[in-house]
Amino acid sequence: MNNPERTSSRRGEIVAEATDIWKSYDGGRVEVLRGASVRVREGELVALWGASGSGKSTLLHLLGGLDTPDRGTLRVCGLDPRGERERLTLRRHLLGYVFQLHNLVPDLTVEENIRLPALALGASAKAMAARVRELAERVGLGHRLAHRVQDLSGGERQRAAICRALMNSPRVILADEPTGSLDEQTGETVFALLRELARSQKAAVVLCTHERRYAEACDQLLRMRAGRVEETR
Amino acid sequence: MFAASLTRLRYLSLAFTNLRRHRLRALIGVAGIAFGVAAMLAILAVVHGAIGMFERILNTDSDYLVFERKVSDLFFSSVTPAQLAAVRARPEVAEAHAMLFGIVSADGHPVITCFGLEPSDPRLRRAQWRAGSADDFGVRPGEVFLGTRAAEFLEARPGDKVEIGRGEFVVGGIFRTENGFEDGGVFMALPDAQAFFHRENIASIVAVKLRERGLGPQFKAALEAEQPGVMALENREFSQNYNSFKILHVTAWAVGLCAFVLGGLGVANTMLLSVFGRIRELAVLRVCGFSARQVGALVMAESAALAALGLVAGLALGAAVLALLARLPDLQGYLSARLTPGVLVGIVATAFLTALGGALYPAWYAARIQPAEALRYE
Repeated sequence: MNNPERTSSRRGEIVAEATDIWKSYDGGRVEVLRGASVRVREGELVALWGASGSGKSTLLHLLGGLDTPDRGTLRVCGLDPRGERERLTLRRHLLGYVFQLHNLVPDLTVEENIRLPALALGASAKAMAARVRELAERVGLGHRLAHRVQDLSGGERQRAAICRALMNSPRVILADEPTGSLDEQTGETVFALLRELARSQKAAVVLCTHERRYAEACDQLLRMRAGRVEETR
Repeated sequence: MFAASLTRLRYLSLAFTNLRRHRLRALIGVAGIAFGVAAMLAILAVVHGAIGMFERILNTDSDYLVFERKVSDLFFSSVTPAQLAAVRARPEVAEAHAMLFGIVSADGHPVITCFGLEPSDPRLRRAQWRAGSADDFGVRPGEVFLGTRAAEFLEARPGDKVEIGRGEFVVGGIFRTENGFEDGGVFMALPDAQAFFHRENIASIVAVKLRERGLGPQFKAALEAEQPGVMALENREFSQNYNSFKILHVTAWAVGLCAFVLGGLGVANTMLLSVFGRIRELAVLRVCGFSARQVGALVMAESAALAALGLVAGLALGAAVLALLARLPDLQGYLSARLTPGVLVGIVATAFLTALGGALYPAWYAARIQPAEALRYE
């Protein structure tokens, strides 16, 4: 079940691939991933579905270069995210992150938050403003750009976080339980937006979720249990 | 190319945003630097002003100062009549004025500077005479001439008897000069001063005016060869080498630097608090594509902004303190704040170095934040 060849029969360039990944914490006492493999093609919506502690967030973090595996092979957009330089390139140009708790910077306005990835690149103010407005209007936050994060509802914050993830037009979006802290209706709205925006931007999405309905709505569903990808669809 | 570099630095605008977000914390950092700047400014301006006043006492209308060789303080310098005569005999010399310094006290005033002068001394002609005149100086033995400040605190008028030290003198006149030491001091005829201070026929210094300034090296070499007990220094050379000035100068910088170190610790504390309180936020910046160097630079830029604000506030505060000190009745005339470009550059450089030094560890710490660790426990 862990063979990546069997996880997808779709065509398209592979944008992220993890093969036989092992990861443990606390000096090896806590084994989180035990030979997990995953392959993501361009524009594809992939769900890592499983209970808490199954290793899905860890696998996502490894794909995003937020952590390094003990063993196994990683390749994202042709780069190995274990190298510092490669990680920086990935974060700046090729990856976008959405977290369960939005992780927006408090006291900054929605606009200031969304443009952070472009600021890291030194984009021009004009280009940043146009891109921020385009994205914010797509998610219905056009009228909220000057508001501070703390003035937003949970759903609005997550929509702002999605805009931030898409700011530099990444090829892959890594979303860790983006609906996990939202009520059902808001969660559905956010999921729909994420899917629609990713498709319109031609970005692949790797989505960690423990909610089956979101997992089943994805192009590829990878069920994780005890550190392995056990079941694929 | 320059425009491209500026564009790459646009992220530093976040530093100002962060200061705006944490106003109280920023204010504490700014206050630390501002107090350091104000203290340094006030101390250096006052000390340099005092040195300047003393320099002007010595340098009045002269090119060279002659005094006893290897003496640590001019108050202990003894130029003998033979040495004075040798100075006056030099062909390069146009004028030479012997002067004896002494410190005395009066009731309620522990320090009064006494100047034993010759009647030809140029400072007598230059003073504004409120009572009496330069022509009266040295005519009647036992007379003293008071600066206006000294006359005020001794509550003396011309003709009054005043007690100075262990002696009683008649006030022969009152003059005003811009120099605080002179205006709060006493002029007396050189023989009277020599008798009063038990230094018969001795002068502390001789102020020499040359026929031509270019004759200076020749004068110095010849005099020092002829009179090995004295040395002659050009005014500027004297200011740079006089031990008391050096000690004052070094002490002022040392005290000022101590104030800055305290300010720097304040900045370090502010920036550490700022970094520790924003670990998750800094991790998010790393996730958004900020490099470790950019995150560190952001912390340094915040600190530099604190230094700039603290510098402006500190200069304003220091100027206000100096203005206030100058208005204090007890200090009137004694305080002549003097700010040189060198002092200003030193203060600006120290402010930035202190602030950036204080931010080094917080910046290093911020740059090392690993996003995965910081975000794992959400």
